[in-house]
Amino acid sequence: MKLYNISLGNIRRRKGKMLFLALGLIIGISTIVTLLAITETMTAEIEERLNKFGANIIMVPKTENLSLNYGGIDVGGISYEVKEFSQENLARIHTIKNAKNLGVVAPKILGPVMIQDKKLLLMGVIFDEELALKTWWQKNGTFPAFPNEVLLGASVASVLNLSPGDKIRMGETNFKVTAVLSPTGASEDNAVIAELGAAQAVLGKEGKISMVEIAAFCRGCPITEVTLQIAEAFPNAKVTAMKQAVMSKMQSIEMFKSFSLGVSILVIGIGALLVMVTMMGSVNERTREIGIFRAIGFRQTHVMQIILLEALLLGVFGGIVGFALGNLVAWGIIPVVIKEGVFAGINYQLGGLCLLMAAALSLLASLYPAIKAGRMDPSDALRAL
Amino acid sequence: MTQINHLIEIRDLGKTYTIGKNRVTAIDNMDFFIDDKEFVTIMGQSGSGKSTLLSTMGALNRPSKGKVFVDSLDLYSLSNEQRADFRSEYMGFIFQSFQLIPYLTVLENIKLPMAVTGRTKKEKNRMAMEVIDRVGLGEKADRLPDQLSGGEQERVAIARAIVNKPPIILADEPTGNLDSETAKEIMGLLKSLNQDGHTIIMVTHNTEMEKFASRTIRVRDGKSYA
Repeated sequence: MKLYNISLGNIRRRKGKMLFLALGLIIGISTIVTLLAITETMTAEIEERLNKFGANIIMVPKTENLSLNYGGIDVGGISYEVKEFSQENLARIHTIKNAKNLGVVAPKILGPVMIQDKKLLLMGVIFDEELALKTWWQKNGTFPAFPNEVLLGASVASVLNLSPGDKIRMGETNFKVTAVLSPTGASEDNAVIAELGAAQAVLGKEGKISMVEIAAFCRGCPITEVTLQIAEAFPNAKVTAMKQAVMSKMQSIEMFKSFSLGVSILVIGIGALLVMVTMMGSVNERTREIGIFRAIGFRQTHVMQIILLEALLLGVFGGIVGFALGNLVAWGIIPVVIKEGVFAGINYQLGGLCLLMAAALSLLASLYPAIKAGRMDPSDALRAL
Repeated sequence: MTQINHLIEIRDLGKTYTIGKNRVTAIDNMDFFIDDKEFVTIMGQSGSGKSTLLSTMGALNRPSKGKVFVDSLDLYSLSNEQRADFRSEYMGFIFQSFQLIPYLTVLENIKLPMAVTGRTKKEKNRMAMEVIDRVGLGEKADRLPDQLSGGEQERVAIARAIVNKPPIILADEPTGNLDSETAKEIMGLLKSLNQDGHTIIMVTHNTEMEKFASRTIRVRDGKSYA
């Protein structure tokens, strides 16, 4: 016979009451697990969406005092007539340490071109990459699918009075206009957008690129780290992180995390309070037993040990059940609350943490009732006999 | 230096309670002694103070004045935890209405006082089996208290009181909830424990039980009369 036999015996014989006692912990832990799983999925979802929403790193050739405004954002030194990168070298970008964090790499060639006696901006792009980056582009017509097809900015189409299906001539080549962009308020309104290779040929800059727009997101590491790695891979380039975009992404995620943390603290607090109140009730209910324990020679610390051991066992039980239940609820609820959201799977590290937290919480919440039980005057307790 | 000549000595003992605005005197200047291996009944009507006296002698209830010496030890000069150790070693309690722990089996209830002793598991088992056989419940060791009759529950309570082999057994109305036949059996068991060397102090209001004792202390209005 040891003290733990008493704790185990009490739990075994009073299953209903003990389950009620563990309920506070189960609700608390499962809410936290569900909330964290939802937040995790939401964060991933937001990241994915934000990653699709434009570039956050710009790479341009190093120049001395040239600058160009693109898309209303100062992208640093870039000029129609200055240095270009070799397109061949761009593959190096995928050798950086955080290459897996590079979402979209969209190289461009920029240069002036004469169309209908007007000097216009020709922008050569890889359409797949560009469209992945500029998800907000709306157009009339279809995006170019062949090298001899172009997309016109809204202002260019208006000035040249062109619409989808019309033909234009740039240099020695004829191009078909397949689509006109709706006004974006950005630089592409004033550009003729062609396939990269075709534009390079028109501008006489085969194998060259003027700038690269990159959409990268790095969870758990700062975007400046990715920027630095790209700069190291391209010593002749000026790599600029568009901090505003990154900050906005981070702030959105941080906001969700703060919200989740706040709710978690609230739920933990309520759970702890519930455990304390229930344990207090249980101690009051067991006054008679405590009186017997004290009368037959149990010290105050022995009585406290019995109560705290029960709390520990219930904490571990509550942690395991709460974690399992939380995952189950998350699995069921995520597809409902998040469009196209998918449960990310069981996080065993979080499970360990939940177990520790539930045990610690249960012990902490039971400390006062245990002290009260230990300090119970045996003669007062025995008066209840 | 106080000269102590008896196993238990009660000197100028007083206990008052405050209930609301009223002061109630439960024990009023009691002086008596109990010798080793005596079987003493404390008799009195309900509310006479006999249960308070028993719990005070059992190191459970600090008196308002006076002293309780057990084996030359001034009980209330000890700390709470020292008194708990003292009870574990010196006292066996038999409560009114058995007071078994409902979620522990007969054997576990009997072993309960040994949970806080340093005895080995083997020793605990041997001692528990010894007393369970003595009270004739060997075959019901794994039953829960509510699966036993009143007499059997009383036997479990007695086994629990003697399992640690305490020299003193304090019993509060041990036959109060039993029919007369079972009560006689229980008293026979207590008598045999007394013959084995246990000092027994039993509180009762039943004059029938007086004949089992070697001496009676009567209590009325908080005062003791030999």
